[in-house]
Amino acid sequence: MTIDDLTHNIGEWLRGVGPMCDVVISSRVRLARNLVGQPFLSSASASEKTEIYRHLTHEISSNELSQHGFLVDLEDTDEIDRQFLVERHLISRQQAAEEGSRGVSIWPDETTAIMINEEDHLRVQALRSGLQLETLWQEVNKLDDSLSQQLEFAFDRQLGYLTACPTNIGTGIRVSVMLHLPGLKLSREIEKVSRATRDMNLAVRGLYGEGTEAVGDLYQVSNQTTLGKSEEQILEEFGGKVIPKVVEYERSARETLAGKHPHQLDDHIWRAYGLLCHARCLSTAEALSLLSHLRMGIQMGRFDKVDIKTLNEVFLLIQPAHLQKVAGRSLNGVARSIARASCLRDRLTA
Amino acid sequence: MHFLCQNCNEAKATVHITDTYPEKRSRHLCEECAAKEGVIFKQSHETTQEILQQFIKHKIAQRPESDEPCPQCGMTVRDFQAKGLVGCPDCYTVFGEFLAPLIERAHEGANRHVGKVPVTADRTIRKQTGLLRLKRELKDAIEKENYEEAARVRDQIKALETA
Ligand SMILES: [Zn+2]
Ligand SMILES: [Zn+2]
Repeated sequence: MTIDDLTHNIGEWLRGVGPMCDVVISSRVRLARNLVGQPFLSSASASEKTEIYRHLTHEISSNELSQHGFLVDLEDTDEIDRQFLVERHLISRQQAAEEGSRGVSIWPDETTAIMINEEDHLRVQALRSGLQLETLWQEVNKLDDSLSQQLEFAFDRQLGYLTACPTNIGTGIRVSVMLHLPGLKLSREIEKVSRATRDMNLAVRGLYGEGTEAVGDLYQVSNQTTLGKSEEQILEEFGGKVIPKVVEYERSARETLAGKHPHQLDDHIWRAYGLLCHARCLSTAEALSLLSHLRMGIQMGRFDKVDIKTLNEVFLLIQPAHLQKVAGRSLNGVARSIARASCLRDRLTA
Repeated sequence: MHFLCQNCNEAKATVHITDTYPEKRSRHLCEECAAKEGVIFKQSHETTQEILQQFIKHKIAQRPESDEPCPQCGMTVRDFQAKGLVGCPDCYTVFGEFLAPLIERAHEGANRHVGKVPVTADRTIRKQTGLLRLKRELKDAIEKENYEEAARVRDQIKALETA
């Protein structure tokens, strides 16, 4: 299997199924792990990095659970392909941009990926559509146990798993969900999310991580505290309390809009559809914001010209690296806007 | 060219957006107004990254008394301030006192792990602390030009690393 094979599919996380999938697009659980007796990557020399990379890839490819993954050596991968993996949430932007020996092992169905030599030696992540934190935790926990049979991870009784950044020590767990919140956005109640997430000290970001705009009404919520709480406790507070509350806010905002302003709401959705079917140039941000309205229309049962599967496919296909991979060459910004508009016309009017 | 926020007409516009509804138009807003509209998300509480940055800045102003490197990886407090990352697992022991206030702030006052423990925990910890002790001994031996002792310690390190 290669990166090119991924182009023809969408990952499990974009299937649009699972609990609360009308609001929760996807969930992810990630563990940070480092080898004992080795420097972290922050102070490792180039040759130490290569040595660590060789050791880890060897062990990962002989592990009974991870041997099915296919390995991508990111040092040998061009920029468009690296960006392509970022768009599919299989590697981080940081890992794409970094230099030196690094890579990722990807499960063919894209539910699991092990980043090697990111900020930590290993970042094991599982990713699924809808709110499925329990399942994800079981998956990464099992994989972590299995890898621990072959690899010894740095650990301290008091501080737990040791990581390059002191903000990740303890469980080393990062739980995050991607939420679609057009209702709260339209009714200007997005501050409710801030209030709901404050008590548990959760971070809220835009689609592409820290400091980015909430393009397409997509918000990523993740835990920040990793020490002093067990994995189960973090998952329970997160998936059992905070997220269902935000989902309730969003659902009730949508209901209010539908009750009070049904014509404006439909106009919103149908105008977005009109633009998507006829525009000749579209930026990523504009396309994502129009697609957000369609998604809301589909989820509310007010729009049926496009199904959710097609919508999720185009969601990936219109992103810069995906467009360039389909085109088979690199495209400048203007060419991408044209290709994006054309892709949307093709897919949405079929 | 500097725009003023089209909403409040007071602050500098730093967020530039293109609306598609009710008509296609560009708007220029300040951060606060953009956050109010939900265009950008501004968290009401501090992010852990902000805590880390503040800690680094504050500690730089104080200047650390000692700049002894970690015997295991060579990291100094100064290196940590530059990157916000420590250099190896043992840095947490070597710079324990220095890092403790940061760890407590970043983790809502917590200072003790209560989650998963790997099956190999005891062996791992013995290895970690053993390596740290031996590297210190190695450094001492070299400083004292006791090369016989240094060679002996080096062999022990190798044995422990491959154990
Ligand atoms: Zn303003
Ligand atoms: Zn160190």
